[in-house]
Amino acid sequence: MSAILLAGFGGQGILFAGKQLVLAGMKKDKQVSWLPSYGPEMRGGTCNCSVNIDDEPIGSPLVTAPDILIAMNKPSLLKFAGRVVPGGTVVYDTSLIDIAVGRDDVNAYGIPATGLANDAGIAKLANVILLGYLIKKTGLYEKDFFLEHIRGSAPKSKPELGELNAKALLIGYGYEG
Amino acid sequence: MTVFQKPHALTDMPFHYCPGCTHGIIHRLVAEVIDELGVEDKTVGIAPVGCSVFAYNYFNCDMIEAPHGRAPAVATGVKRAHPELTVFTYQGDGDLAAIGTAETVHVGARGENITIIFVNNAIYGMTGGQMAPTTLLGQVTTTSPYGRIREIQGNPIRVCEMVSTLDGVAYAERVSVDCVKNVLNAKKAIKKGFTMQQEKRGLSIIEVLSTCPTNWGLSPEKAIEWLRENMIKHYPLGVYKDVTAEEANK
Amino acid sequence: MAKMLMKGNEAIAEAAIRAGCRLFFGYPITPQTELSEYMAKNMPKCGGLSLQAESEIAAINMVLGAASTGARVITSSSSPGISLKSEGISYIIGSDLPCVIVNVQRGGPGLGGIQPAQSDYNQATKALGHGDGHIIVLAPDSVQEMAALTAEAFDLADIYRMPCMIFADGALGQMMEPVDFEAVPVRELPAKDWACTGTGGKRVHNIINSLYMEPEALEKTVVERFERYKKLAENETKYEEFMLDDAEYAVVAYGITARIAKTAVINARRKGIKAGLFRPITLYPFPEKPLNRLADGVKKFLSVEMNMGQMLNDVKVAVECKKPVIHFGRTGGVIPTPEEVLEQLEKLAGGAE
Repeated sequence: MSAILLAGFGGQGILFAGKQLVLAGMKKDKQVSWLPSYGPEMRGGTCNCSVNIDDEPIGSPLVTAPDILIAMNKPSLLKFAGRVVPGGTVVYDTSLIDIAVGRDDVNAYGIPATGLANDAGIAKLANVILLGYLIKKTGLYEKDFFLEHIRGSAPKSKPELGELNAKALLIGYGYEG
Repeated sequence: MTVFQKPHALTDMPFHYCPGCTHGIIHRLVAEVIDELGVEDKTVGIAPVGCSVFAYNYFNCDMIEAPHGRAPAVATGVKRAHPELTVFTYQGDGDLAAIGTAETVHVGARGENITIIFVNNAIYGMTGGQMAPTTLLGQVTTTSPYGRIREIQGNPIRVCEMVSTLDGVAYAERVSVDCVKNVLNAKKAIKKGFTMQQEKRGLSIIEVLSTCPTNWGLSPEKAIEWLRENMIKHYPLGVYKDVTAEEANK
Repeated sequence: MAKMLMKGNEAIAEAAIRAGCRLFFGYPITPQTELSEYMAKNMPKCGGLSLQAESEIAAINMVLGAASTGARVITSSSSPGISLKSEGISYIIGSDLPCVIVNVQRGGPGLGGIQPAQSDYNQATKALGHGDGHIIVLAPDSVQEMAALTAEAFDLADIYRMPCMIFADGALGQMMEPVDFEAVPVRELPAKDWACTGTGGKRVHNIINSLYMEPEALEKTVVERFERYKKLAENETKYEEFMLDDAEYAVVAYGITARIAKTAVINARRKGIKAGLFRPITLYPFPEKPLNRLADGVKKFLSVEMNMGQMLNDVKVAVECKKPVIHFGRTGGVIPTPEEVLEQLEKLAGGAE
């Protein structure tokens, strides 16, 4: 059972990252749901996305007490860190967040995802780098399975994105924090 | 010898219209055009709220009664579902130029292949003589008892002039049924509108200046005189748009 | 076929196309936008039409026109837009025309908000437009059910010659879940010999009309329509029962709220509270009889909605004062949490009789 909240700025690929977790869950015959925040905030403001991956049918699609929080900016960490269940996990981008998670009852994993993405020349893929780090730290999916999945996730019109996504995933997975 | 007969497109139901009202003439003209074009079996007419709301009882083709002002939208639905049908709306001035203004403008902008018969008698007849969007300045109605005053009730709308600016409108003509010559011309215009629809040229609208003796408080003869002296002055007869003429001039 | 991951709004649109609907008339409004966009993209691919009208009012009247020809036709909107459509819906009811209307609800009144709500319950089930009449109201609780009920909505509308509403909300519309457009059961549909498609010279003219000047004549049409509603209630009432066999506390909830309540019921059972869930799927016709039977077994009802208590009154009427009915709801676009519903159940179970 995983209730996952992904949050950040619009344009960081929050919704895409959430969708990939869900699509991978479908391949594993899990019950899944994906619910975006919607409205004016989609255009430049904060953006978040609730994802459920479960063996049982999913009740509320809205994640209010996440097992996993992926925070891609400071306002998101400030807003949602307190809602993570005790024993849960927070994965966050230390390139954009200069504060600590501030809880000792959750597993906090920081990774300079945006910096790593820029260094690797894949500036828009900090989201996938975070996913790589997430599956390494939580074992949510096996590495090879998810790598294969993310490689196949590119739209037909831009097949080159598949390899870039795979590259980003491996950067995240290989990060030694 | 030709015996005068009802057009086939009209039913035997007696009209409910007041004595001297020109709706009867206009109904007949539409029915004659339907007969002459031989399209009764593939025509759908739409009459919304107003004096002509019972038109569904008078025409022999399939008929739909629409909400007030919405006939052009209903006609759009019919025509888009069945483009092979001949579709006409029959609307009054309050319906077309007040509550249904948006529908009128947009059916023109879209250039729907339908024909609008717009009966303008400068008053709300069905509800008993209230001010219409086409009521003339100074004209007394039950809701403009001191005459329509520009500063209070605003100005009458000239529909043909307005819709002729829209690219989707193929044909807009204002006619009158105050004399034989004009009646014959009105029929010609209605037929042209239906023909343009068949040719898929876009929206055709025929504005027919009409009388309302009952609510104008005039005898039928006086009403005809009032129409000539007042309405035609403000609403000049003529063709405001004709894409076939424009093509011919090129 | 393989399951597809789709938004609820898109699933409704796809299901409509698969149900043979080739006409969509709409007007943009959040949070139903994806439905219009899906139609705009996909209708032309199957020879259909997606037309953006000048207003909600025009859109519903285009529906009236298309439905008058016997064509399957759909429109969609969200709460404020549905209010604008209500005039046309009343005419469609009065003209006995079939069509499908989607309400992806948001908070109100007025412009309200854009977040999910169920605050149009009374409007949908009691008074969508003036006059003595009803529409069928179907309340899906998942993307899968949005697809299935859309297919069914067209059949119900055709069989009973009345509008059928898919009563959803912003969360269901926006969320993605796997959906399988499984084979829809084929129902026998009546011939549409009333349709206005030209007489073809073979019959007297058809008239689509809602105007009757003689009160007796109008009364007759309304009474006949209510006979149809009775048949509808007898044959088409739908609901789901969950853990109700030995339940002492029955939560009644529909749509997105029912899923939340289901989680709460499971958690309540873990705490030893004998809770269950009754989920109306048809809100009109409302499943009165099964609820009434349920009242003989349970101690209390908890009616949960995203409003201040609208279905509550239908539950009370159905239960006929046999047992207390308590309301819990969030409104204005706030989605209740399973924890909040569980808290209410704990209160019920622990409180005095």
